[in-house]
Amino acid sequence: MSFPLKLMWSVIGILVAIAYGLLISGIIRKVMARIQGRIGPPVYQGFIDLGKLLVLRTATHHGVMFYLAPIFRAAGGIGLYLLIPVVVGVPALENFSFTGDLLLVMYFMFFGSLGMALGAAESGHPHSSIGISRGLSQMTAFELPFALAVVALAASAGSFSISDIVMAQQGGILHWNLFTHPLAAIAAFLAFLGMNMYAPFNIVGAPQEIPAGPPTEFNSSFLSLMMAGRSIFAVAKMVLFMDLFLGGATNLLEVLVKTFLIYFWSVFVGAVFPRFRTEQSIRFFLGWPTVAGVAAVLLVMLNR
Amino acid sequence: MASSKFPLAPPEHSRPHAPMGEGCFLGETERQQPLALKEALAKIKNWFRANSLWVMAYGTGCGSIELRPLTTARFDMERFGMAMRPTPRQSNVLIISGYLSVKSLKRVIRAYEQMPSPKWVVGLGSCTINGGMYWDSYNTINRLDLYVPVDLYIAGCMPRPEALLEGFGVLMEKIKAGEANGWNHYLEQMDWYKENQKKLITDWDLPDYNW
Repeated sequence: MSFPLKLMWSVIGILVAIAYGLLISGIIRKVMARIQGRIGPPVYQGFIDLGKLLVLRTATHHGVMFYLAPIFRAAGGIGLYLLIPVVVGVPALENFSFTGDLLLVMYFMFFGSLGMALGAAESGHPHSSIGISRGLSQMTAFELPFALAVVALAASAGSFSISDIVMAQQGGILHWNLFTHPLAAIAAFLAFLGMNMYAPFNIVGAPQEIPAGPPTEFNSSFLSLMMAGRSIFAVAKMVLFMDLFLGGATNLLEVLVKTFLIYFWSVFVGAVFPRFRTEQSIRFFLGWPTVAGVAAVLLVMLNR
Repeated sequence: MASSKFPLAPPEHSRPHAPMGEGCFLGETERQQPLALKEALAKIKNWFRANSLWVMAYGTGCGSIELRPLTTARFDMERFGMAMRPTPRQSNVLIISGYLSVKSLKRVIRAYEQMPSPKWVVGLGSCTINGGMYWDSYNTINRLDLYVPVDLYIAGCMPRPEALLEGFGVLMEKIKAGEANGWNHYLEQMDWYKENQKKLITDWDLPDYNW
């Protein structure tokens, strides 16, 4: 497939991913509302919020990094999405994946958060700084089990290419890494809870505690870009976990079903748990998830 | 505070409003668009604004106890796309819930000016209309609209959450029709509002406008 055509498909993919992410955010709010016995907003509320934020007239900013932070966030999400093959074998949906993309993906996952940290720190709000310090410490903690799980999968498949890892899982449900590498799956799916920042790991945004966390000072169009960036970031993470553990997908319907299940694992956990304190959260990730990750790596090494 | 110190009625609009009540000063690019397009765009924008009202979670008086049930299962304001936001930068509606002491007025002005426009103020309870049971108190204000522009009053002491929901419905209709222009009035009559505010706040240490 020629490069311009591939680029066109990727742009369409990004737009679809943003729309899917916004729709999912609406579904999450609806699900949360039903769990709490409320009716909840319409599922398309995310689109209305985005539109409203775009048509607000005033946009106050606090300096260059403040301007750039939502852009970094969106760039991190888009870059991550572009590196992950959505459907392996369909050139239009493979994006720009290449041999060794998993290493770059591991880096890009945290690019947006780092940019966000710089920008939010410039806003000068104390809640932003508290949120950033919490977020970065938690990120360091859940990165460890996730990295160990990824190393186990890559060592088992003998490749750092996501496409190769997907191809290694073909041949039925029981060939999925979820079942062939259960310890790696446990480590990664527990780290996934931290990545999505729902309760009990929502110490960064922490409603009622440090009210909005890092985005406290972000308003109107800055916030709308952050919303779009967050949507595409969520979709990219779901697709990555689908590729790594649920054997990828052969068509878009399968992508929808699998990513939905992956994402709602963290939402349902979030709906029923209260919030950890910062040090509890870090201790949690450095405890059993890390032990599972180390065990997964050792098992792969022993089986070689 | 005796309100005889102030002129009782705010001055009339000194400038004609935008067509269809776009509800704001039109920018240079929008001024050049044809009228029909302007109206259509204003309608779409106002629909978005009305269906996603983010409320500043800030209670000044006892009326804020009636705001909390709105987020619960019984009343559930999230049905209408409304949500509580913890920061003025992300809110569109400021609710003055009940009496407002002079000390809080300073914070209210600060929060109000930091909100991105278009923004709306809802006066909740009779205290914001005429002082209510605090009408002769030495440290509360009697008429809210002398200090910040109020788009909607919800009368009562205290109005029940049903009344609040009804009021928000009216506010949404007003926004859709482009009639909720209080923030525009604030910009137009800035001097008058600032004069009133400074008469009451003796230890004025705020900037001229809180960006």
